Amino acid sequence: MALTREQMAQRVARELQDGYYVNLGIGIPTLVANYIPEGMEVMLQSENGLLGMGPFPTEAQLDPDMINAGKQTVTAIPGASIFSSAESFAMIRGGHVDLTVLGAFEVDVQGNIASWMIPGKLIKGMGGAMDLVAGAENIICTMTHASKHGESKLLKQCTLPLTGAGCIKKVLTDLAYVEIADGKFWLKERAPGVTVDEIVAKTEGEIVIPEVVPEIEF
Amino acid sequence: MSGFDKVVNSYEEAMAGLTDDMTILAGGFGLCGIPEGCISQIKKMGVKGLTIVSNNCGVDGFGLGILLEDKQIKKMISSYVGENALFEKQLLSGELEVELTPQGTLAEKMRAGGAGIPAFYTATGYGTPVGENKETREFNGRPYILEDSITGDFAIVKGWKADRYGNVIYRNTAQNFNPMAATAGKITVVEVEEIVEPGELDPNYIHTPGIYVNRVIKGDFEKRIEQRTVREG
Repeated sequence: MALTREQMAQRVARELQDGYYVNLGIGIPTLVANYIPEGMEVMLQSENGLLGMGPFPTEAQLDPDMINAGKQTVTAIPGASIFSSAESFAMIRGGHVDLTVLGAFEVDVQGNIASWMIPGKLIKGMGGAMDLVAGAENIICTMTHASKHGESKLLKQCTLPLTGAGCIKKVLTDLAYVEIADGKFWLKERAPGVTVDEIVAKTEGEIVIPEVVPEIEF
Repeated sequence: MSGFDKVVNSYEEAMAGLTDDMTILAGGFGLCGIPEGCISQIKKMGVKGLTIVSNNCGVDGFGLGILLEDKQIKKMISSYVGENALFEKQLLSGELEVELTPQGTLAEKMRAGGAGIPAFYTATGYGTPVGENKETREFNGRPYILEDSITGDFAIVKGWKADRYGNVIYRNTAQNFNPMAATAGKITVVEVEEIVEPGELDPNYIHTPGIYVNRVIKGDFEKRIEQRTVREG
């Protein structure tokens, strides 16, 4: 079975470490906040200028001056800090964020990522994604492995306009956890019940298969 | 006004001197921390051919979105324009020019503009359409692109409190792009929820020193919420 959005978030959460500053993108990455292990302290960075993002507010806490990068109302945890957009991107571009999780339309064997526009169909803008992929060392890309029509999104070469060049090393899809190195995908883990054959069939770029591919356990 | 007193009492005074084809830097992220009163005044004045530098362009019917209705905006420089149907329509029809700019680059362009730095190198956008036709240079083996900074004829800024001298404090994430916009306008207009006397704000906690600010006005704010998300409790 392909992983659900929640299971993908759960798997990504295993990459968290105590004391990490983490930027979570919109969509599946946001759900990672629900799976921070008990007893672990992680500080969430929201690129509109908040370090120490807390849960959604109660009705009584609701504050139009307190939102996250997805424009949702949020809260700040004790010990949070608030700052300008320039300061926020100094943290991001300066490489101070320990882990960045973001979605993508396509990735390729060179670590290129496309996530911000589909020519002729969708022009919403890149927001902070180009800064995040250029500034972070440790990035996990979350995405579905193939389109609804079965077309691979793990490609030899991205077809859409890029968000960043050569910056992605880790990809979690609904079918597999894959790393990128030396111009190849390296299969590391598979979703429970998903065969290696299915993953290979849905991966356009060259993929290296080890002898044993463990299933992701939940 | 006399001395350092920057307070004006009407939006007519606040936006006096704004004419067609000017460039305006606007603070705000989505609908959070946007200069609502200045935007309304720009609509009222009917000036056209504007270049607006702002992370977003409001939504249909609110924020900068209202300036699209009478086609007052010629060009937008933004990082994200996803929430606006009229915007998309004018963009696709070619009526509106858009320069999509990465969010951090946009913030830095304004910061640098206000600080007298004409351009800077960044890794952001290298190898993407953003980096096309821009000068590149390697530092320590990594390629960077040269980005020009931005200044504006006007900057419109939303603060929480200001004193009469134009020292400004922002509140929560309504700070966002406002401090950078404030530094980079030839005429910087700050609208706030409360104006206090000099000395009432602790100098240690000023975000925008008054030297950047030309006019201060007390506004009334709707503060519309774009994505109202709440939990039980």
